[in-house]
Parts: sequence; C-alpha cells; structure tokens
Amino acid sequence: MTTETMSEPRPSNYTTSELLAVMASRLLKDGQVVFAGVGIPLLAATLAQRLHGPGLTILFEGGTIGAFVEPGQLPPSTNEQRCTRRANMVLSSTDVLLLLQRGYIDIGFMGGAQIDQFGNLNSSFIGDADNPTTRLPGTGGGNDISSLTEMIVAMKHEKRRFVREVDFITSPGFVHGGTSRRDSGLVAGGMYRVITDLGIMGFDDESRRMTVLALHPGVTVKQVQDNTGFELLVARDLGVTEPPSERELSVLRHLDPDKLYIA
Amino acid sequence: MSEGYLELRRKTIARDRSLREKVMSLEDAAKLVKDGDSLGIGGSTLSRTPIAMIWALIRAGRKRLTCSRGIMSSDGELLFGSGACDRVITSWFSQGIVWGVSKVMRLYTESKRARFDEWSHMAMGLRFRAGAMGVPFLPMRSMMGSDVVTRLPEVREIACPFTGEKLILVPALNPDVALIHVQRCDPYGNAQIDGLQFMDIDLAMAANKVILTTERVISNDQIRRAPDHTKIPFLAVEAVVEVPFGCAPHECYGVYEPFFKHHDMYAALIRRDPEKGMAEYLERYVYGPKSWTEYLDLLGMEELLDSARRGRSIYDD
Repeated sequence: MTTETMSEPRPSNYTTSELLAVMASRLLKDGQVVFAGVGIPLLAATLAQRLHGPGLTILFEGGTIGAFVEPGQLPPSTNEQRCTRRANMVLSSTDVLLLLQRGYIDIGFMGGAQIDQFGNLNSSFIGDADNPTTRLPGTGGGNDISSLTEMIVAMKHEKRRFVREVDFITSPGFVHGGTSRRDSGLVAGGMYRVITDLGIMGFDDESRRMTVLALHPGVTVKQVQDNTGFELLVARDLGVTEPPSERELSVLRHLDPDKLYIA
Repeated sequence: MSEGYLELRRKTIARDRSLREKVMSLEDAAKLVKDGDSLGIGGSTLSRTPIAMIWALIRAGRKRLTCSRGIMSSDGELLFGSGACDRVITSWFSQGIVWGVSKVMRLYTESKRARFDEWSHMAMGLRFRAGAMGVPFLPMRSMMGSDVVTRLPEVREIACPFTGEKLILVPALNPDVALIHVQRCDPYGNAQIDGLQFMDIDLAMAANKVILTTERVISNDQIRRAPDHTKIPFLAVEAVVEVPFGCAPHECYGVYEPFFKHHDMYAALIRRDPEKGMAEYLERYVYGPKSWTEYLDLLGMEELLDSARRGRSIYDD
C-alpha cells in the first residue's frame, strides 16, 4: 500500500502498523475461532497464536481451518498455499464462508479503507458509486464476515478514513444506528472493536455510535476527535493501553521480517 | 444469466458425456469459447488461475466475454486490457493487496469501458453452487443492510416461508464455459486438485462446458486407483490441455508459488501508466511469444525454479 505516516508524530520504537497488530492481537483470546482478512488481521491473529493463544483457530476465506502461518512466509492474500501451513482442514471458499452463516465464528477481523460513526465499512467506491473518483477493489469476504459475526477492524486513524457517513456501505456495521442493523435482516453479529494507532473504540449499546474506550499512551481524547470526521462518544471509564512490549515487537518482526504488512 | 431449467438440461444432455479422450492444444481449446460467452474462471486471486487458457483466449482475439470468479487478480486486468472481456462478476478485483489498488481495474471501470459487478464472496460461491445444484437460486443471510445489494438488480429479498425471517436470494450462475487449472487429470478429464479448491468443483458442475488445463496428464488407471481423489468427473469436461506451469506467474498449490519478482515488475509497469504499461506487457508476454514454452522462457529459468522450489516446500513439514 502507500507510504504510511503517523497521524501525530511521537517518539516510539514501533511503526503504526506494528502498533495496530500488537493491540489487535491482545483482543484475541486462546480458544477463539477467528476469521481473518489479509494484512494486519492475518498478522495480528498469527501473533496472538504465538504470544498467548496456541489454541486460537484462524480461518481464511481461501478455504482454511486452523492454520499456523510460517514466520517470513506471509501470503499475498488469504488464498495462497502459505495460508494452509499446518492447517487442520482445507475446504472450498464457499464452505468456509458458510461457517460464518452457520455460527461457528467468534470474531471476524478485517482492515478498512473508510469507516463511519456506526462502524459501516467502505471498500468499494470513493465518491458517488455511479461516477466514483476511485473504484476500490470491493468487498471480497468483508460483507459476509461483517454481516454474520462480531467484528474487529484495524485501521489508521485519519479524518479522511473516519467519516460521518461512508460513501458506500460495503460491509455493514450498525447501518444507521439503533436497531437498524437487526431491522435490515442482519440478526447476528455487529461491530465489536475498532483498533487504530490512537486508541480502541467500541459502540454504544443503544445508539450504536462509535465510542472511545481506551487511548494509547500519550494520546489525548482531543487528538482522537481531531482525527475523526464525526463526534465520538467517550466511555466514562476511559482506559489507557499498555505500549507494545519488546517481546510482542520481536515476535511480530520475526513473523514479518520482509515488512510485507508492517510497513 | 440463470437460464430456463429445461434449457440447461437440454444443453447438458446434448454434450458428449462418454468416457473419451479429449486431450488437445491450447489453440484448439480456445476455439471452444465464442465471442460473447460467459466464462467462469477457477482458482482465486493468485492461486490456480488458468492463466495459460486466458493467455490463449486473448491471443485468439476473443471479445465481449463476461468473466466470473470468486476473486479476480491480474487475470481480470489482462482480460480487460486486451479487450477480450468487458464485464467482470466478482467479489474483489485488484492485482493483490501488497501491490495497492489496481490502476487497470480503475481505468476500465471508472471510464465505464468495462463493468465490474460486485457481489459478496459467499454470494459468488452460492451462485455457482445453485448452478451446480440445478436450482434457480439459493438463500443467504449476508449482503442485507449494505449498499452492495442496491447495485444488484438480480437479487431478491424475501420473507422466509417457514420462519418469516428476511433472506436474500441469489440467482444461479451457469457459465457457458468454465476454465479450470488442476495439478493432474487423465485424458478423459477426471481431475485431482491438491490443496485449496476455492469454488472450482461447483463451478465445473455449474458450467455448460469445462476446459481443463493441467500440470500433467496421468493415466486413467492412476485415477481409478484412488477415485476418492477425483474432484471433477470426466463427464463434465470438454477439453484437457497439458500445460506445465499453466498458472505462471500465479501459483499452483504444491507445484509453484507466485512469481513475485514478475508481479513486482508488472505492478510497476501498470502503475506508471495503466494503458501503455498494459499494452507493453501484452505485447511482450502475450502476443510476442510463439508458444507457451517461449512465454515461460521470458519469465526466466531463475524465477521459474525459485517459484517451483517455494511451491514444493509446502510438503516440507
């Protein structure tokens, strides 16, 4: 992808994507079944397996159940043979996606190009869909994952990415807030967490608006709000995350020595 | 799109489904595809893509093809860039996330020179499955609440007749021709697929014709020794073409991995100028070589051996 810059420069011994990967990996628990997209999600899930979740089962839309991706052998998408390393099963893409619908998955985990206050994701069109300024690659399995399970999204915190209303709902979050997700026919799942380089966000139980739950060390609420294109709610018991540890960073760098995902 | 059921059966019954040899050249297999046909493309993203067959169709000058695939990569770009295809039906279309958003996909879709119909990945799978099952649609629980569905007039939302729940119905996809690359098959078209299958088995059974390309042709005796390994049966297959490295520069599970250096070179070429870069690439790698072997020569022995070493390494554990 394009060259990444921090939203706010601050002294640290890790990059934005390393911070995202480490923070995301901490949310995944041993024993969970996680459906991961390519990039930071794949990396963070693999990191969680290595750090604290040897029993974390990772599914890929290429058709893999329970793989352990090899260090230095990260796949260019979730559809290559590298995704099947030490897997328990390979099956068709359709059948692995149907496991989401059947309800076997605890967490879906994806990256995002654009997100709004209700956690809807856009990876299809920038601008008007009929005459877009940019045609993006599209949903892939994103729409299925976000429609059918609890979701974690990892992305850079920038005003142009955090918009009041996405140009196009590719992968639904809470749609228009309130009960609109359920009313649209999506009776299960929903946005659980959004992890950025500034903090961790959740969604209000009633309004379904994005809510700041925790800040990364040295980050202020103002800084998060300034980098967001809509008004954020802030949790009453706002937390502060622990910075990435040496161990987390060293395992992460061992997984991606060529910096394929951790630019 | 989804055609009448009796018409689908009539076409199937009319096919020669006997146990017969059907090994032919890439050029002869290309003649089985007509201008305006709908094609289903096997594999996904950079995996088991039937590049050799696509290469042959572009060289044969096919036009106005509609191409469906779970996820499209540079195969779709070559089809757009060569003018062979003006409509793609898929869930995701770019070279690959590590190379950024495809400028060729953008150029063709944003200028409306070609169409990119976006469905969810599971919807693509269920459309092929419905096609394989001989039913006109399948119900599913995603795509609701999103804008994806608003751009798909073929989709219906219904209340389930049993439970009253909202469901989406996606129509069957029965392509005129499926292009599928496999590790091995016999001269009759009994195919074994190692590793990831993607949607290929449903696609094969949904299509009205299957062209198999294969790393190698094996004997029918070998097939009969392990019939549980046969993933596509001969009776669905119209042509068998032996093409070593038939997915290059994409991967073929357990045989070779993607040719990453070639992909980097290609990405740089189309990033500079999607139009000229694509024209240059097509001239050099598609129209230029006299044969598939000469094409592989252009990819280079060094990368070919390296991708083969990496491909086989899946069996190292």
